[in-house]
Amino acid sequence: MTTLLEVKGLKTYFFTEEGVVQAVNGISYKLDKGELLAIVGESGCGKSVGVMSLIRLIPQPPGKIVAGEVLFEGRDLLQMSDDEIRQVRGNRIAMIFQDPMTSLNPVLTIGFQIMEALQLHLGMDKEQARKRAIELLEMVGIPGAEKRLDDYPHQFSGGMRQRVMIAMGLSCNPQLLIADEPTTALDVTIQAQIVDLVKGLREKIGMAIIWITHDLGVVAGIADRVIVMYAGKIVEEAEVHDLYANPHHPYTLGLLKSIPRLDQGHDEKLIPIEGLPPDLVDLPPGCPFAPRCSYRVDRCTEEDPPTDYVTPLHRVACWRWEDVIADQSKNGGQRV
Amino acid sequence: MSENSKNNVLLEVNDLKMYFPVTKGILIQRKVADVKAVDGVSFTIKRGETLGLVGESGCGKSTTGRAILQLYKPTGGSVKFEGEELTTMKGERLRQQRRRMQMIFQDPYASLNPRMTVGNIIGEPLEVHNIAKGKEKRERVQELLRVVGLNPYFVNRYPHEFSGGQRQRIGVARALALNPDFIVCDEPISALDVSIQAQIVNMLKDLQIEFGLTYLFIAHDLSMVRYISDRIAVMYLGKIVELTDYDTLYENPQHPYTQALLSAVPIPDPYIEEKRTRIILEGDVPSPINPPSGCNFRTRCPRVMDICAEVDPEWKNIGADDQEHWVACHLY
Repeated sequence: MTTLLEVKGLKTYFFTEEGVVQAVNGISYKLDKGELLAIVGESGCGKSVGVMSLIRLIPQPPGKIVAGEVLFEGRDLLQMSDDEIRQVRGNRIAMIFQDPMTSLNPVLTIGFQIMEALQLHLGMDKEQARKRAIELLEMVGIPGAEKRLDDYPHQFSGGMRQRVMIAMGLSCNPQLLIADEPTTALDVTIQAQIVDLVKGLREKIGMAIIWITHDLGVVAGIADRVIVMYAGKIVEEAEVHDLYANPHHPYTLGLLKSIPRLDQGHDEKLIPIEGLPPDLVDLPPGCPFAPRCSYRVDRCTEEDPPTDYVTPLHRVACWRWEDVIADQSKNGGQRV
Repeated sequence: MSENSKNNVLLEVNDLKMYFPVTKGILIQRKVADVKAVDGVSFTIKRGETLGLVGESGCGKSTTGRAILQLYKPTGGSVKFEGEELTTMKGERLRQQRRRMQMIFQDPYASLNPRMTVGNIIGEPLEVHNIAKGKEKRERVQELLRVVGLNPYFVNRYPHEFSGGQRQRIGVARALALNPDFIVCDEPISALDVSIQAQIVNMLKDLQIEFGLTYLFIAHDLSMVRYISDRIAVMYLGKIVELTDYDTLYENPQHPYTQALLSAVPIPDPYIEEKRTRIILEGDVPSPINPPSGCNFRTRCPRVMDICAEVDPEWKNIGADDQEHWVACHLY
């Protein structure tokens, strides 16, 4: 597999009146062509800011990418001029957002909004763009595509709007699609439709996807690889089967234990992660998860844990991951 | 069910209807249609149990909760609380009954007044109902804070100083202030982060045992509902399509909508996800202004028959022996 994207030591801070918010605090990862990488974490862990930084969609000020490299097809996106990055956005790298209600312009027709990118990036004329727009809407499963092109966003339901967003995202055949919580605002049955659609499109088109979510259920069904983030840092990364079967970081383990499963008994008590996520302005020294961690030792609050590669594909940032696994196998594991 | 189960019923809802008028015209408003948000739902809740009410957005589950508490004036049907009709109750008597029925809201940011201190928020119901004042009130508020796992010294703080999970705890403390019997939990955890959701749900479960509470737990997250509920009702477009205990609903769902809904819920296990086959429903939920004729699920139902368009399916118990398994579908 060839590497499509490589992120090295990315740091994005927000300089606010209360202080410096360390939203993304040194993250590095790679993405291969055609791969689906899921980034999981709770609100405020920096998962959205992390990917927005890739295509420089961070409001500046107060935000600033203070360090790092983002190599996409061999070029550093962070060093590009504004014109150059504009050529990449929406063209080579497309993005779809969480809220399909607010990410479409309410006073323009769906057709106009899809055709705009086609005319801008691919230099199509109106006729060609219209034809392609119809194709795209059909591809994402919108019935009566030709007629619906002249409809406005309010005439579409939430699920349909997300389909339109996906059609727009795919319009220029991107190499990378960034999906920021694309199903969070949708109902479960509609979520299943969208997940199914993305799986199908991925097979057909073969683009790489970064899928951001807090829903570990969706990730299990769609991802190849998973990155778990906490307080602006990557705490664990593994191939999807490996992560669910052998979580190494206490936070990943805690997340898996705190969600009820449809296929699990009614009487098993959920084990919540106690406490609250830290304030990113005033990060304590050491591991950011330490205050909530049941494996905490003195060292955790003093020194930041290094990232250990358990296998070449599984890395974890925890001083005590070996103890975590030992306990796991003692208790028969998370599940087999 | 045991013999005296009839006496154990705390809440009885019968053919409850809640329509909202759609009007046209600027000066003279004419009613042109109704949004049939809740269109004839019936169920009972026993003392001390949790009834889960699930469904997708817009299916009328929150409206049902509010109509039960008489926060809306229901269009039709009856709501009996300990055998006493609530829909016709007025004035002081209704106010007295309201003490015993409380609500926890979905959005912990919008449901707390930002200009009131936590002490005043939790203490307000005590004053409104003339239960406690002054020092007594303050002590009661501090006790309530302790009960929901917050520091009693927080009484003078304002809502913005708390996180989402902590605010939800304040909302719970407010609901508990009057020692209610019945609490409508309207999506109390959907606005919270996963790691916090479990904290709140566990707390609700503990409080239920401690204070003998009865819950109507409204949510769209089926796995969480299954975890907390004794029985579960599934709603679709203003109607309940299936109602049974949590195990039966999951092991043996009968209504095609319940089956599709359950199959759409992702399970956090990649090995299981690979093997699962999903029932993917076509299209979207129809408008409640003009619901389909007959069974209102027929437009999306994978097992639709001719009769479904003509006759509204009957609400019947198909459970074997003394087991309750209510379903509204022509297949049964």
